[in-house]
Amino acid sequence: MAIYSTNEFKSGLKVMLDNDPCAIIENEFVKPGKGQAFNRVKIRNLKTGRVIERTFKSGDSLESADVVDVEMQYLYNDGEFRHFMTPESFEQYQCDAKAVGDASKWLKDQDMCTVTLWNDAPLSVTPANFVELTIVETDPGVRGDTSGGGGKPAVLDTGAVVRVPLFVQQGEMIKVDTRTGEYISRVKD
Amino acid sequence: MQNAWQPTCRLEYLRLRAQILQQIRGFFSARNVLEVETPILGHACGTDPQLDFFSTTYDLGYKKEQLFLQTSPEFAMKRLLCAGSGSIFQIAKAFRNGESGRFHNPEFTMLEWYQVGYNLVDLMTEVDELLNFLSAEYLTLQATQQFSYQEIFLRLTGLDPLGFSYDEYSAFASSKNQPEALTLCGKDHNLWLDFIFSHHVQPSLGQSGFCLVYGYPATQSSLACVNIKNPKIVDRVEVFFKGIELGNGYYELQDAQEQSQRFDTEIQCRQETNRPVVVKDELLISALQQGLPECSGIAIGLDRLLMILTQSASIEEVLGFPIQRV
Repeated sequence: MAIYSTNEFKSGLKVMLDNDPCAIIENEFVKPGKGQAFNRVKIRNLKTGRVIERTFKSGDSLESADVVDVEMQYLYNDGEFRHFMTPESFEQYQCDAKAVGDASKWLKDQDMCTVTLWNDAPLSVTPANFVELTIVETDPGVRGDTSGGGGKPAVLDTGAVVRVPLFVQQGEMIKVDTRTGEYISRVKD
Repeated sequence: MQNAWQPTCRLEYLRLRAQILQQIRGFFSARNVLEVETPILGHACGTDPQLDFFSTTYDLGYKKEQLFLQTSPEFAMKRLLCAGSGSIFQIAKAFRNGESGRFHNPEFTMLEWYQVGYNLVDLMTEVDELLNFLSAEYLTLQATQQFSYQEIFLRLTGLDPLGFSYDEYSAFASSKNQPEALTLCGKDHNLWLDFIFSHHVQPSLGQSGFCLVYGYPATQSSLACVNIKNPKIVDRVEVFFKGIELGNGYYELQDAQEQSQRFDTEIQCRQETNRPVVVKDELLISALQQGLPECSGIAIGLDRLLMILTQSASIEEVLGFPIQRV
């Protein structure tokens, strides 16, 4: 297993901390001119999603975590687990609700997403940055409104609720940014 | 990378740097402080237990010698003072290995000056004047604040920095959700001071103007004189702005024997922590034996000063070519 020293800590690096796989978010080198150098590191625990701050002496090291992001296709939900498949090897993985987390509201059958594996077991699911979903419920729009000011809530076919401009109608397909949960545009067939 | 040849700073910051350099030269020339140049290469270097140096090989053909890139121009400038130069200043490149981050580049520019006949209070007044003179055009600042190290440490943490209590220090760290401090610092008072100061004191210093902290614990003495009234502190000052450390100055230690002992202690400390071996500067000790005039001196990081004037978040924004692009 590889070992990373504090000066190799970069955003995105996966390491083991307190027996949990973690991702480095931020690494700040702190050094009083004549004193001990520290690295103040912001780390996300990939199991719990919690972000913590931890200080290390510069030069200290952590073991790398066997964490990989794999592009997979979302297949179906059997009620307890959601199932994913790697398109190259057709290998299937099942994820419980904890691993899927908030991604569940953006997952549509057949869509591609990123499944993070730790020691080959699913740890978390990240939807594509942009997804195209169908509005299943929203108030009737106001004709002629193109400004987008204000807007109204719309329920999508995955269950997610997003704010859409008044002119967008039920049954239309829209593009949504999953990182912010914001409406981007209508999708023209 | 496609753009790796380009400077990371905006071109107008090159002009700003040039203007600041000119203003500094004007400030000191009006005060009859002589501008000097000292070598970047040296056979010896600073012994600070926490500084790492760059070294290179001087090839004379019949033999090779190790030369160090200076971590600060301090030693050579003190030899000039001992030789009778009078007050001097220098704008110099300094090198510190392994230091890279938002506020650090391993090669950086220092303004260092020494005023003969000044005590620490005189120096602090001058630092205040210079910094406010340089920033007047760019920042609206409140009056410079001054705190003793003990006073500000106590106020912000409730802990006494001059008396070490492992129980109190570790209870403080735990209350701040930093239990890792207990393993990092152990029973080492100095490490605790570095840890707590850099996490819980420094960030709030100088929020609306420059802030000077003086009277450092004697355990963090470096090249400063022990205070004549209180042997627990040394006449050392640091400058802060919005939590950024900008400079470090001393009422300079004149005692050659004590300086030599401090070097030996630091060299031993480096050995114990497996740091690269340094060579003690015997030429400086000889100069001190000849006699260093009573003086105070300080080094200011000019790149960080430019960061402050331009309100930059990272040192790269004011450097033409940071280490990633050289």
